[in-house]
Amino acid sequence: MPHDHSDGPEHSHLSDIDARVRALESLLSEKGYIDSAAVDEIVDTYQTKIGPRNGAHVVAKSWTDPEFRNWLERDATAAIHSLGYTSRQGEHMQALFNSDQVHHLVVCTLCSCYPWSVLGLPPTWYKSPPFRSRAVIDPRGVLQDFGINIPDDVSVEVHDSTAEMRYIVIPERPTGTDDWSEDALSKLVTRNAMIGTGFALSPAEVS
Amino acid sequence: MIPSDTHTVPGFEDEPVFEEPWQAQAFAMVVALHQNGAFTWDEWAATLSAEIHGPTKRPYYDHWLAALENIVEQKRLTSASDLRKRKVAWHDAAARTPHGQPIRLG
Repeated sequence: MPHDHSDGPEHSHLSDIDARVRALESLLSEKGYIDSAAVDEIVDTYQTKIGPRNGAHVVAKSWTDPEFRNWLERDATAAIHSLGYTSRQGEHMQALFNSDQVHHLVVCTLCSCYPWSVLGLPPTWYKSPPFRSRAVIDPRGVLQDFGINIPDDVSVEVHDSTAEMRYIVIPERPTGTDDWSEDALSKLVTRNAMIGTGFALSPAEVS
Repeated sequence: MIPSDTHTVPGFEDEPVFEEPWQAQAFAMVVALHQNGAFTWDEWAATLSAEIHGPTKRPYYDHWLAALENIVEQKRLTSASDLRKRKVAWHDAAARTPHGQPIRLG
């Protein structure tokens, strides 16, 4: 292949990392291990179709449907699957229920495992080394950084995700929402609330 | 401030999931390879974890990409030398492509 070293500003330039990604994609698709159209489809799915809304649906249903809540407690993988949210990675899901006695916080100290099927892609802070290490050592301090103060008489439990087990936190249902529909309730459920770094929003915060 | 619609509810849109397109490509290639049975998710998690806990601290998706390069070599889907050669080919292709046109391998 002739080398052309006359690449001035009028020519293109690839960053080294971009060239590495292109090398992988072109080689792997030539060999038939991946299909470029399928790769684009996956990007689109994770960016637009999967996201915290799926998890918010799970939470809102658990608030309004006691039978679903029981199922979620017994077998979260199956209960979540029943709503059409299936993990492509095949890991198990466990639901963690916040109450006036316990606040759950999810972390992955190993490699940033995340419940993609219900929460989409993880936020940058979830993948950052300070969050991953501090959440275990000083969970209350981390929660304060997120503006969350947990009273001393409420215990904080930290759950370390693995490749096989992912968690979704079911936050407490906000007060003043007794007559709310499942759809309206789901709008109160933030991604952070389902990781444990936030609470569900109050009606006043969305009105 | 009162959010005008659900897109502005805090916690849903505070940052983009990918900072650059290559991150999305690297992410999706791993999912695609796993779906096609090239490796198990356990194997991927172990490879990524080894990379993240290695001596070099890098941004998350840099680790992700390095782990992808490692696992495709471990699984003999391609070799490190083929990847290197192909990377050079892409740099060469970029250098002879006028700015603004799609870069294609010769």
